[in-house]
Amino acid sequence: MSGRLAKGGRLIDRTAPVSFTFDGRQMRGYRGDTLASALLANGQLLMGRSFKYHRPRSVVASGPEEPNALMAIGQGDHFTPNQRATDQALFDGLKAQSQNAWPSLSFDIGRVNDLVARALPAGFYYKTFMHPRPLWKHVFEPVIRKAAGLGPAPRERDGDRYAFRYAFCDTLVVGGGIAGLTAALGAAQSGERVMLIERSGHWGGRAPVDGARIDGVDAQDWVNDRLQRLETMDNVTIVSRCEGSGVYDHGYVLCNEIRDDGKLAEVVWRVRAGRVIAATGALERPLSFAGNDVPGVVLAGALRDYVVDYGVSLGDRTVIVTNNDDAYRTAKVLLAAGLRVPAIIDARPAPDSPLISEIKALGVTVHAGRGIAKVMGSDKVRGVAVCLQAGEGSVLQEIACDCVAMSGGWSPVVHLWSHCGGKLWWDADRAMFRPDATRPPTGADGQGFVTAVGGASGALTTSEVLADAAQAVGIASPEAAAEDTAPIMPVWVMPHGAGRELRAKMWLDYQNDVKVSDVRLAAQEGFESVEHAKRYTTLGMATDQGKLSNINGLAVLADRLDQAIPDVGTTTFRPPYTPVTIGALAGEAHGTLFQPIRKTPMHDWHEARGAYMEPVGQWRRPYCYPVGRESHAEAVTREVKNTRQSLGLLDASTLGKILVRGPDAGRFLDMIYTNMMSTLKVGRCRYGLMCDENGFLMDDGVVARIDDQTWLCHTTTGGADHIHGWMEDWLQCEWWDWKVHTVNLTEQYAQIAVVGPNARKTLEALGGMDVSADSLPFMAWADGTLGGFDVRAYRISFSGELSYEIAVPAAQGQALWDALLQAGAAFDVTPYGTEALHVLRAEKGFIMIGDETDGTVIPQDLGLDWAISKKKDDFLGKRGQQRVEFHKPDRWKLVGLETLDGSVLEDGAYAIGQGTNANGQRNTEGRVTSTYYSPTLDRGIAMGLVARGPDRMGEVLHFTRIGKDPVEARIVSSVFFDPEGAKQNV
Amino acid sequence: MSETTISPVGPLGMITLRGDHAVLAPAIDQVLKAGMPAQRMMTRDDSSSILWMSPDELLVICDHGAAPGLADDLRGALGGAFATVAVVSDARVAFDIKGAGARDVIMRLSPVDFARLAPTEVRRTRLALIPAALWQIEDGIRVVCFRSVADYALDLLSDAAA
Repeated sequence: MSGRLAKGGRLIDRTAPVSFTFDGRQMRGYRGDTLASALLANGQLLMGRSFKYHRPRSVVASGPEEPNALMAIGQGDHFTPNQRATDQALFDGLKAQSQNAWPSLSFDIGRVNDLVARALPAGFYYKTFMHPRPLWKHVFEPVIRKAAGLGPAPRERDGDRYAFRYAFCDTLVVGGGIAGLTAALGAAQSGERVMLIERSGHWGGRAPVDGARIDGVDAQDWVNDRLQRLETMDNVTIVSRCEGSGVYDHGYVLCNEIRDDGKLAEVVWRVRAGRVIAATGALERPLSFAGNDVPGVVLAGALRDYVVDYGVSLGDRTVIVTNNDDAYRTAKVLLAAGLRVPAIIDARPAPDSPLISEIKALGVTVHAGRGIAKVMGSDKVRGVAVCLQAGEGSVLQEIACDCVAMSGGWSPVVHLWSHCGGKLWWDADRAMFRPDATRPPTGADGQGFVTAVGGASGALTTSEVLADAAQAVGIASPEAAAEDTAPIMPVWVMPHGAGRELRAKMWLDYQNDVKVSDVRLAAQEGFESVEHAKRYTTLGMATDQGKLSNINGLAVLADRLDQAIPDVGTTTFRPPYTPVTIGALAGEAHGTLFQPIRKTPMHDWHEARGAYMEPVGQWRRPYCYPVGRESHAEAVTREVKNTRQSLGLLDASTLGKILVRGPDAGRFLDMIYTNMMSTLKVGRCRYGLMCDENGFLMDDGVVARIDDQTWLCHTTTGGADHIHGWMEDWLQCEWWDWKVHTVNLTEQYAQIAVVGPNARKTLEALGGMDVSADSLPFMAWADGTLGGFDVRAYRISFSGELSYEIAVPAAQGQALWDALLQAGAAFDVTPYGTEALHVLRAEKGFIMIGDETDGTVIPQDLGLDWAISKKKDDFLGKRGQQRVEFHKPDRWKLVGLETLDGSVLEDGAYAIGQGTNANGQRNTEGRVTSTYYSPTLDRGIAMGLVARGPDRMGEVLHFTRIGKDPVEARIVSSVFFDPEGAKQNV
Repeated sequence: MSETTISPVGPLGMITLRGDHAVLAPAIDQVLKAGMPAQRMMTRDDSSSILWMSPDELLVICDHGAAPGLADDLRGALGGAFATVAVVSDARVAFDIKGAGARDVIMRLSPVDFARLAPTEVRRTRLALIPAALWQIEDGIRVVCFRSVADYALDLLSDAAA
């Protein structure tokens, strides 16, 4: 079994014990352990269950590529599923939970899937989608939903905090191995601003583990020296535990730092880099032999890591199986640790190199030209059956062991190179896809902005790695001895002639349970493109994104298709390199920072008054102000009645206010609005409509002529920024020679609507300017003072009542509001919200952008022909409105609707027409756009768009109700109250 | 970063000027001492600052009470030229971030490269999800944003400084 060795472990501190729990059991490790190494030290080889067959699994790797050992970490509001145990630093009190196992990790019922694996072949899901359909819904889906999925989603709000950090540099070096350190120091010494990041908590990459010597010293000493030099340089930023997640256009790179400092859990660095040096190393590939997923079968390089870095072994006797020289280093490490290596099984017929000779001299038996026919054991390795690599798998001998270390060669980590389009070439001699330096990802200047160096570019030996990195930054290479190695022999299936039965036990993708047999089946069924085969088999689609399986899988596919590997190609490498938590990507945007809430100057008063707020764009506006135990509906009724009978106050500050000024301002507004604004007299207001180029109604509002060259355009609350942008777009891009300026004054002013029969008396009580009908008639405005405030008063009405809108600089908004409340107290002043505003305007038949319009409605549909100038040569939307479609007699047009029983129509209800359409659905002939209970009329009122509506006055239509029979409503005028306008014009 | 402080700046006077800078320059020179700012920069004297906002926009910052009078002076100096002067003192709020961690606060919220930011440069940028402008002041950074999102901005800055 696995356990801690008596000695060794360069990354752990044996004087600093750490306790943690795994599935509730107390365990102990050391500071510096990963969760995976600590579990192994505790004899816990079994770490998870596979996704589909629930096969028992242990670690196969020691780093980011680990597919099996996924754990749920933490609990409650500090809970993260699917964390790789190999990447998870151990800390005191860590709580880890195994996943995808039911009822328990050691006894899992899902394992039965494994026994009926034949029933779950490649494309299983797709096949069950197709046939037989009832089986999918009632049998497969419920079962799969229960069995599928990896870690559980967190149930509580995330208690961790996250942040972004923006950074800029000339050169970003990703990877703190010997290549990255060389490149970073070279770039830094030439004066560049350098950022160096390393995803793990330690530096030097594989070199210290593999016993490299550089510049005459041990790799670790060399690494420490380089790091110290970099740390003293002001132009270098160094971040460890920070992964290069993704490279994007224009040198934008996302880096994910695990901070866990008690304040921040993670930091996402948003880096703008002049160039990126990807020194991301290489990943070792598994070999595909039967039983290569049994716990105890591990990558050879990973086993070295466990022994050297953490002083942990997976077993006493390790059989090494390989097709290249590198795995021989594992034998050296194991022997040095006092462990046994019963055999090295080398697929190559006659491998010979100094390293191989050295290992042989240590007494290790090398079985050349051999492969593993199968691994014996199910929950753990008990031995291997040896066969000829060239044969079909006849067993030559069995060797007892408790660990198998495999190496199928190395694949450069080309992800960062490829994210933005860097191309690869297949190096047949090294059996790897390497970055093609002649086809890099290019920036705005057409030059490559990513350079892959070291292992990431395909270098295999220490001297190659250093030379490659040094060359990239134009410095002399550090010295390392050249190595004489025997060439790799590509092995994609072991043994070469393995039959169906063995192929069905050779795992390519551990996490998604994709085997050699599945990829071959996909090819056989016509999924010949690597992208199709990936989706059909789910190869490489799990959280590890095929870091171990992609190359092996496409090689099997190529073999089955009788194509060359480069002709099949890889699937697309997409960010992130490893999963990034959603919390990290959200950064600070949680709680009150989730999104900006815009507040008017009187916002706090509304909240203190108990207003029920509703979102309008990014603003929060009072919907109504319930008093006591009043319901919202009761509050709205009271607000409407009091306003109609006496006095209401509305916070209208959110309305857009855009100053348009200049010699050509009148001409400009005549183009922007459908009606004529240039003829508006100074001191007067006019309601106007804005359409887009297609003629659809986009926004409306009151325009005031301030002086000869100046207009102030009110827009809807939600439209302010858009309309300002719209105006600037036309001025900057189309009519660039027109002399017009716009200034968005929306935030500069608080605006209060004083509404109702007693509005004038209230303003007169405040005193100051003359607000009489003669001096300030309907649709006029004037500057003056009221109660000592410098104001601009607009005599406009969106309610049908006598109404003034009073604007003051925003800082005085609350004071004016208070003054109006005080002056209005004699008239039972009632602050009202947006719902009362809606009811008041609907009673008057005034349209609302967003209710009566939806982007497909032209003003003529709403009976607003009067607001479309016939005199103007042109305005935005004029051409669009000439379309034939807009002149069809059966267009849906605005009418009022009154139910026969006085009830309130449902919002969005449809008028039921005759017959059915081509899809067999009932035809409709209209729909409700606004519908309210009218307190003034004590009955339901509505507006709607109805086919030929204005021509059908008095007709009764049937309107849908959800879950109920349709209701009858009569077509009436859309003006329900005071059609003569007598109340507003006093 | 405990030594970092975030403090709202009392009411400031602000005046937006729009127009060709060649048109605005004589009026600026006539009315204000600070002088025309270069592209992306600001000029300052005892009573006011002038910020370059865009190729056809300047922002004058002064005492809150002085803004209306100053705006009138500018209008007068501009005469009949094609230019627009608008008092916008109440449209924005400002915060000062002071202390050793001031840059760290902004580097969490705004894509600003301080190493390349000139001492008098005005950076129009964003603070997380809202538009903002910022520049360097003694011992820190001043940020301005729209009034309606003042609470959000203060929460953001405080969160980043915590």
